[in-house]
Amino acid sequence: MISHLPILQVIIPLLGAPACLLLNRPNLAWLFSILVSVLTLITSIALLMQVQAQGTISYMLGGWEAPWGIEYRIDFINAFVLVIVSALGAITLIAAKDGISKEIAEPKQPLFYVSFLLCLAGLLGITATGDAFNIFVFLEISSLATYTLIAMGDDRRALWSSYQYLIVGTIGATFILIGIGLMYMMTGTLNIHDLAERLPAVTASNAVLASYAFILVGVALKLALFPLHFWLPNAYTYAPNIVTVFLAGTATKVAIYLLIRFNFDVYEISAPQFKYMINMVFITLGIMAVIIASWTAIYQTNIKRMLAYSSVAQIGYMILGFGLDSVSGLQASLLHLFNHALMKGGLFIALTAVALKLGKVELDDLNGLAKKMPWTFAAFVIGGLSLIGVPLTVGFVSKWYLVVAAAEQQQWYIIGFVLLGSLLAVIYIWRVVEAAWFKPPKELQNAAGNVTATTSREAPVLILIPLWILILANIYFGIDTRFPVSISQQAAQLLFGGA
Amino acid sequence: MEAFSNELNYILLLPLLAVIGILMARRWPNVREGVSIITGILVFYFTWRVYQQVAQNNIVELKWLEILPGLSLHFKVDALGAVFSLVAGFLWIITTLYAIGYMRGHDEKHQTRFYSCFAIAISAAMGVAYSENLFTLFVFYEILTLSTYPLVTHAGTDKAKEGGRTYLGILISTSIFLFLPAIIITWVVAGTLSFSQGGVFTTSTSTILMSFLLILYVFGVGKAALMPIHRWLPAAMVAPTPVSALLHAVAVVKAGVFSVLKICVFIFGADALQNLEITQWLIYIAGFTILMSSLIAMRQDNLKKRLAYSTISQLGYVTLGALLISQSAVVGSTLHIVMHAFGKITLFFCAGAIYVAHHKTQVSEVDGMGKVMPLTFAAFGLASLSIIGLPPLGGMWSKWFLMLGSLDSGYFSMLIVLSISSLLNIVYLLEIPARAFFKPAPENARLEEAPSISVLAIMITSLMCIAMFVYASDLHQFLLEAGLGS
Repeated sequence: MISHLPILQVIIPLLGAPACLLLNRPNLAWLFSILVSVLTLITSIALLMQVQAQGTISYMLGGWEAPWGIEYRIDFINAFVLVIVSALGAITLIAAKDGISKEIAEPKQPLFYVSFLLCLAGLLGITATGDAFNIFVFLEISSLATYTLIAMGDDRRALWSSYQYLIVGTIGATFILIGIGLMYMMTGTLNIHDLAERLPAVTASNAVLASYAFILVGVALKLALFPLHFWLPNAYTYAPNIVTVFLAGTATKVAIYLLIRFNFDVYEISAPQFKYMINMVFITLGIMAVIIASWTAIYQTNIKRMLAYSSVAQIGYMILGFGLDSVSGLQASLLHLFNHALMKGGLFIALTAVALKLGKVELDDLNGLAKKMPWTFAAFVIGGLSLIGVPLTVGFVSKWYLVVAAAEQQQWYIIGFVLLGSLLAVIYIWRVVEAAWFKPPKELQNAAGNVTATTSREAPVLILIPLWILILANIYFGIDTRFPVSISQQAAQLLFGGA
Repeated sequence: MEAFSNELNYILLLPLLAVIGILMARRWPNVREGVSIITGILVFYFTWRVYQQVAQNNIVELKWLEILPGLSLHFKVDALGAVFSLVAGFLWIITTLYAIGYMRGHDEKHQTRFYSCFAIAISAAMGVAYSENLFTLFVFYEILTLSTYPLVTHAGTDKAKEGGRTYLGILISTSIFLFLPAIIITWVVAGTLSFSQGGVFTTSTSTILMSFLLILYVFGVGKAALMPIHRWLPAAMVAPTPVSALLHAVAVVKAGVFSVLKICVFIFGADALQNLEITQWLIYIAGFTILMSSLIAMRQDNLKKRLAYSTISQLGYVTLGALLISQSAVVGSTLHIVMHAFGKITLFFCAGAIYVAHHKTQVSEVDGMGKVMPLTFAAFGLASLSIIGLPPLGGMWSKWFLMLGSLDSGYFSMLIVLSISSLLNIVYLLEIPARAFFKPAPENARLEEAPSISVLAIMITSLMCIAMFVYASDLHQFLLEAGLGS
């Protein structure tokens, strides 16, 4: 059993999905999918412990030896990402019952859980597998499920944003496929470990460079790297709230993982000039993402959209860490990957609670709402502080590593931009805090019978529990930083030592 | 060695426990304020114990936890911190007394939020006072900023919110753009953030970098209100008067100048600071701040605004002393933190008393009010004399040492600046009791003071101004024996 953990990680949710369809009752499907996601989480934690105990795990699918059969290869990097993804999946699902009750018609609700589990399986598959073509397959599974999930939003624009994401996602996936194809042409293997060993021999060829470029752009589309981020705000805004929580915490994270895997593990760029150029591209795009997306976020009146732009900015920080091309830079990226999942997951769940009461999350509607939903908005404040990067929250830890990594290379201007990004975050978070906590409620101004005029109380417990799990994690890991710091350090060292 | 760490824990955590008590007792105002006062007395008792330990040269240290390697929440009390915390702890009790009269007399809303945020702010100020390293100081400095924001915007009006936005905007942006980068660079260059005797930089550190850092620090600690980073302080005057009194005359602004003092003495060190070319320019800026804000204060008709500009000027004294860095100057700065605290809090209390009893906010409205509120205006006059620096009031000593310090460091010009500033203080502060006592009283004037509990608070602080004249020598000796500014 223990030795089969790597495949169980993917198989459990993959088989859970059709089982959910057979149950076909919303509450049953919900309970069942929680069971599945908790099992998945346990598996991922067990895997991480196993990796810590005995190093990289290699699992041969069906017993076929590596270069020919499909290999699942778990090391520090993907074990870490697996835990993040499955933990967020489980936490999101707890909130899902109340979260989707208003947004998705009851007959469609079982389908929601089916797509959710498929999406989870796809994301976990991308992360766990050690086979390039397998990555593409799981990428398609997760993407198709994501399109379905987004299209379930109750706003008609959800269909359009799902379609937009479908087009962009397909282009991205095709690019990745082309890249993989070119690599296969040059090396005759699809196994990532094998590729990493064989590529250096042919690294000078244009075909390899082209495949690198294709994969880079394809993944950049999936992870919404500025300026290829245009699909993300729409998708996040119009998707059902719970889906946004899940996507914000996982989908882009897995794409970041792919970029790490390809950029630091598979391709070993030897030409220093080319390397320098790529790093500069990462740094420039990262800075632009941080500044421009944060700036845009300030002007959004829809809070979901605002946080979506903020997500684009946070991805910028992670890419910035790549561009520094050092152990501490990469460690900052990995830390931020973990931390951003905690803070954005928390913030989006808080919005789910608000949307459940108001139907939408426009800034003006939030006035004075904190008096009625103190727990929800207290959580929002803490999550927001973490996003800003205030000490004692996780946000500080990753920004500190990023800034120190920049200082190590005397790239002082990066520090300036990182701090500017924090300041912009103060502004856009504070607008919400001020509206919710310090403005008088304006229910009298609404026409009688309006939804906002109802005596809305605190959010349901099943939303508050996952919300506060994430928020307390923001504080806990901001104070006791040993777990994320040690894992990310080992992962970063592994990538630089092994590559 | 972690002696007396329990006391530090109590001082830092009791106010936070009090918040829970205040929230639970929100329906019973008497219990709620009782919680504040009892906590205040306990906290003061523990700050007193800490002070005595420091006086006996015992090490009072507490390490909470290490967040990242080398970055820890770590407290260690030195003479400066012991004095600052003692003053803040004492005045918290008095301010709570005063606030009971003020807030009830004025029928303010959200009093529970008011007392809760107040307690958090005090805990944060204590954290600043006791911090062993820049990281801890920064954390509590930021908590102080955030916890005072709801107090500034307490009224909830558009004007209050605008003031709050200026307040938060300036303090947060300076600390993110100047203070934090300075800390990061210090960390990278020196490898430590601990306050150490003689500074943390090695002699090989380039002077250009250190000059740059000094600028970042001096302006980055926005709470020290050195011009041009002073706009937030007048903006914060929209807060209820107890807030202006304790926070914007004592805890917040003093946390600012305290940080500057600590950074100058224990991050740069006297030798390094004196060798930097930039120091003299910053000294001139401090001198400019002292004079300029006094001049602005003269033109303010709004009483609280006038006091705010006066505070900016007085904060300039402390910054000046920190930059002069000679022993007398640093002692003078520390004494000034104390003396100005008692003086200015009395002035604010009086301004609030006038407002709560007669709804007067302008200087031009107090004509002849001396007959109506004799105690209040007598206290105002006494505190003004202390701020001006005349004997037999405490304010004399701090100016004395600051002037000595200017001469020690060879800045004769600063001696002149301090003298002119005293003259200006006379003009804009004494005008107010003079108007009250010597202008004709309004008709139907009869004795009507503020709520008696507030008057009691005013009496205590103004008598403290006199008492400090006598006790200054003890304080002076304490500072010298605890090895300050060596």
